[in-house]
Amino acid sequence: MDWYPLYNSLRIAAISTVVIFFLGILAAYYVAKAPRLVKGMLDVLFTMPLVLPPTVVGYMLLRLLGPKRIIGAWALETFGIKLTMTWWSAIFATTVVIFPLMYRTARGAFESFDESLADAGKTLGRSNTWVFWRVRMPCCRQGIMAGTVLAFARALGEYGATSMIAGYTPGRTATISTTVYQLWRTNDDAMAFRWVMVNLAISAVVLLAVNMLERKESGGGRQNRKTGGEAER
Amino acid sequence: MSLAVDIQKNMGSFRLKVHFCSENGVLGLLGASGCGKSVTLKCIAGLLTPDVGRIVLNGRVLFDSQKRINLPPQQRHVGYLFQHYALFPNMTVEQNIAAGVRHRDRRKEETNRLMAMFRLEDCRGHFPSQLSGGQQQRTALARILASEPDVLLLDEPFSALDSTLKRQVELELIERLEQFPGLVVLVSHDRGEVRHLCQNVCVMECGASQPLQTVEQLFSHPATLSACRLSGCENISRVRQTEDGLLEAMDWGIAIVPPGPLPAGMTHIGIRADRLQVAEGPGEHVVSLQVKRIIEDIAHTTLVLMPPERENVSIYMELKPGVWKALGCPEQLWVKLLPEDLLLLSSSV
Repeated sequence: MDWYPLYNSLRIAAISTVVIFFLGILAAYYVAKAPRLVKGMLDVLFTMPLVLPPTVVGYMLLRLLGPKRIIGAWALETFGIKLTMTWWSAIFATTVVIFPLMYRTARGAFESFDESLADAGKTLGRSNTWVFWRVRMPCCRQGIMAGTVLAFARALGEYGATSMIAGYTPGRTATISTTVYQLWRTNDDAMAFRWVMVNLAISAVVLLAVNMLERKESGGGRQNRKTGGEAER
Repeated sequence: MSLAVDIQKNMGSFRLKVHFCSENGVLGLLGASGCGKSVTLKCIAGLLTPDVGRIVLNGRVLFDSQKRINLPPQQRHVGYLFQHYALFPNMTVEQNIAAGVRHRDRRKEETNRLMAMFRLEDCRGHFPSQLSGGQQQRTALARILASEPDVLLLDEPFSALDSTLKRQVELELIERLEQFPGLVVLVSHDRGEVRHLCQNVCVMECGASQPLQTVEQLFSHPATLSACRLSGCENISRVRQTEDGLLEAMDWGIAIVPPGPLPAGMTHIGIRADRLQVAEGPGEHVVSLQVKRIIEDIAHTTLVLMPPERENVSIYMELKPGVWKALGCPEQLWVKLLPEDLLLLSSSV
């Protein structure tokens, strides 16, 4: 069995999750603080990929990144690289598709954050950067972690946009999802079934990891914090 | 030492207009909730920006809309005690206090000194939610003092505590504040807190501040309707001057001999429940009131009285325990309102 699709899927998902971790948090932070009108507009824009069919995302990406389109042509001319039909082309697709997941969960976490904690940090003389990394992020950790894991899982399963922008070339752009489709299409039911099992196993591991994270979160000192907080209320 | 605040800020439906200057001790901002007290503190701390005005602390200009000065909160050296203390939940007591120390090389020793001073050494490794309300407040205060503030802003410091704890924490806070060399501004809706902790007080109503007065003045001679209510006086009536020189309390249907020259713009009178006196029978300054209800308290008996033919009006009267029984629990009572006990009030600005 050729394990390339597994390896390719994992690296695409991992890279796009790292990118989206920062982009999503950045977007969430500014939207959470933005005035109402701007907030509404940006929110629609940032959430759009969540409700659009992945094929529409793929189409739009091709319109931008295709070798004869604005960005694609420019990249080809300046750097001599083609942005489509390579293994990393899929990163564009997964990044766009998982962005709303990270952005929305992080925004929810930021909006429920008690602003007086940030204010306290500032009046104590601490910089905004310190407040962000030492207070705001740790307090929103649970929401942000949930968003990250969710984004990673979704990136692993991305099919529509990926197949349009990266295609299916065995050993080059094949991912688990495109491989399953290709195998099923070519009547290789036994192999398709194997990859389905692999996919199930990965999903189970991811969900297990989430559960373990949550358990760890509520263990030890953190547990006391929780029950202590409960008792006080 | 001085803190001069003269600011205005439009906030949708409500307009903040605050002006006061505190030169020593503890200043109370007293007002009902939603009157702009906390917004005022946030403007002083630099967490909100006023539209126009000036804030000067010990000669240092923190904010001046004309000169376009607006120091960030980090540079204002203003200690802000938040309503629920705003301790960082992800840090221990020790880390919380250390977060307030501005100089890195002195962080450890300062933290240790403050933990000793505030008796927090035993819970240095605890997280805020593991602490009692009193410990939380001590940690928050220690953290604020670590940042070497020139002024302390206390936002409803007891609202997060239950009443049994409140008294003890209040006593402790009074002691701490006596040791603090700088100015203190306390925001509260509770007249008791203001009376116990403050020397001067500034009453706020609907975003507007009234002139500064001493705490004694507030309780003996409140000048405005809102100040009178906030100082705990429940018996208040609209008033007008009749042609024969009497004062007619319109809500009570009672005519009263005025105590002397009346202040300009007077619209209401008030009299405290414990200043009403029982009279033997009709006479000067005496009116007949019907007893509606009796409320037995631990320290006193409160009578709810009704002026003749005014079903919806209540006048409260406080009697020492035992007095009511000694009177024989009558249905009708002769009550004396001494002119010198009347509070002459103008409805505020």
